[in-house]
Amino acid sequence: MKRIVHKHPLAIRWFHWINFPVLFVMIWSGLLIYWAYDPYKITIGSYTLVSFFPNGFYKFLGVPRRLAEGMAWHWVFMWLFMLNGLAYVIYTFASGEWRHLVPNRNSFREAIQVTLYDLGLRKTQPPFVKYNGAQKIAYFSIMLMGVGSILTGFAIYKPTQFSWLTSLLGGYKAARLEHFVLTVGYVLFFFVHIGQVIRAGWNNFQSMVTGFEVIKRNDPEHPSVAPEPISEPVEPTPTPTTPTLA
Amino acid sequence: MSQSTEPKLPESDIPESVVRRKLLQSFGLFALAAAVPVGVYEWITHSPKLRGIKKPFRQVLDANEQVARTYFSNTNLVRTFPVEEAEKKARVNGYDGIRTPVPEDWKLQIDRPNAEPLMLTIDDIKALPKHEIVYEFKCIEGWSQVQHWGGARLSDFLEHYKLGSKSGNAPTPDNTDDLFKYVGMETPDKGYYVGIDIESAMHPQTLLAYELNGQPINAPHGAPLRLIIPVKYGVKNLKRIGRMFFSDQRPPDFWAERGYDYYVGL
Repeated sequence: MKRIVHKHPLAIRWFHWINFPVLFVMIWSGLLIYWAYDPYKITIGSYTLVSFFPNGFYKFLGVPRRLAEGMAWHWVFMWLFMLNGLAYVIYTFASGEWRHLVPNRNSFREAIQVTLYDLGLRKTQPPFVKYNGAQKIAYFSIMLMGVGSILTGFAIYKPTQFSWLTSLLGGYKAARLEHFVLTVGYVLFFFVHIGQVIRAGWNNFQSMVTGFEVIKRNDPEHPSVAPEPISEPVEPTPTPTTPTLA
Repeated sequence: MSQSTEPKLPESDIPESVVRRKLLQSFGLFALAAAVPVGVYEWITHSPKLRGIKKPFRQVLDANEQVARTYFSNTNLVRTFPVEEAEKKARVNGYDGIRTPVPEDWKLQIDRPNAEPLMLTIDDIKALPKHEIVYEFKCIEGWSQVQHWGGARLSDFLEHYKLGSKSGNAPTPDNTDDLFKYVGMETPDKGYYVGIDIESAMHPQTLLAYELNGQPINAPHGAPLRLIIPVKYGVKNLKRIGRMFFSDQRPPDFWAERGYDYYVGL
């Protein structure tokens, strides 16, 4: 017998894997659109630290002169992005899954300890149930960023119809910049996420497909707050009931 | 404790063979599901073009237009700015349709159903009440600029000359059955042309503009008369209007033919 822990509900796995190609299309088509007017850069005094983006970058990716195509992809797949995101948020809160996701007052301290552990500066990481503090902050932020992308997106898509929103976000130009910064955030998240998933290993990765993880005893990568399970339980442990929404 | 509200994850004991079977099942399904985005991509990129862009895209863009026209108001106003904030040198971004000198004998031609075309001079336009607007001009490329334009309201113009209606009466936004669905405009050389839904044309901030920053419009900005339509991207703001006509079919549109959305309503 193997003891498995049911980690990711089926709905969450669908939302996650639908979001992956859809967000990719949104970022890629966003780049095709951004190319047509690409003024953003990070400067220190008169020195340009990072330019978004150098010509070689565009050329290498085949971006130039594809604005119309980019807008078409963007304005078609935005619906899927919004629908999937909305379904994810509704599910997360209605199912109680939010209890694993929303950071609490300990999450920030925990996140620092996790970071130190990841950097090899700490021998153990604090115990956690599903996500550690750093994960909670990261995944919850991503959800908020999605909301932000939709709001800033509408502020630049329909600045007359949503003029109150555009004004609230600091104007049309500001909303476009905010929309861009959020996208840079997704890209940074993506690289860290991939790195961490590789680090965490196969058992963790496959759980985003299968939904479950086989429990290894005394796994330092996954310290559990649960007391050590009896090695050979006679009966399956009853499934803990999810507390009702308080 | 933080964990007090976070429930433990459910666990169960299953035979190793079942673990293996579930793993194979899940990954099999995952591989099948992964074929869907690949299929969607292949379907889109192998679709024929419809008016300058892949057919599925054109259909969704047209559907987006329907959403906008159904749920959004035609009278929401574009935000305006104090005149001091207007750019002193407004940006010029396109020369299609205005590469030749302004015709000496320029007149605005308006085609009418069951009537001779109306030929108007710039003074005829200037005889209508003058309106000024300082707003953020938005280019489809992404840049925007606060600009100060002056001219006659297109709605006043249509009303005064009884244009845009099938009956030949002054058009009213309420009597949509009598209105043509679109107004088409083109430059004298027909090098640039746009089609605009009649609701946006009759928006109170849509101008037949002849002044920029209080001065007559210069040639690169579309002298002697151009369209300023703040509820659309710059591409619809046709310069040097030569001819205007009304239709229930979408008039040809320069950038829509090149793959852009036709409506581009903001």
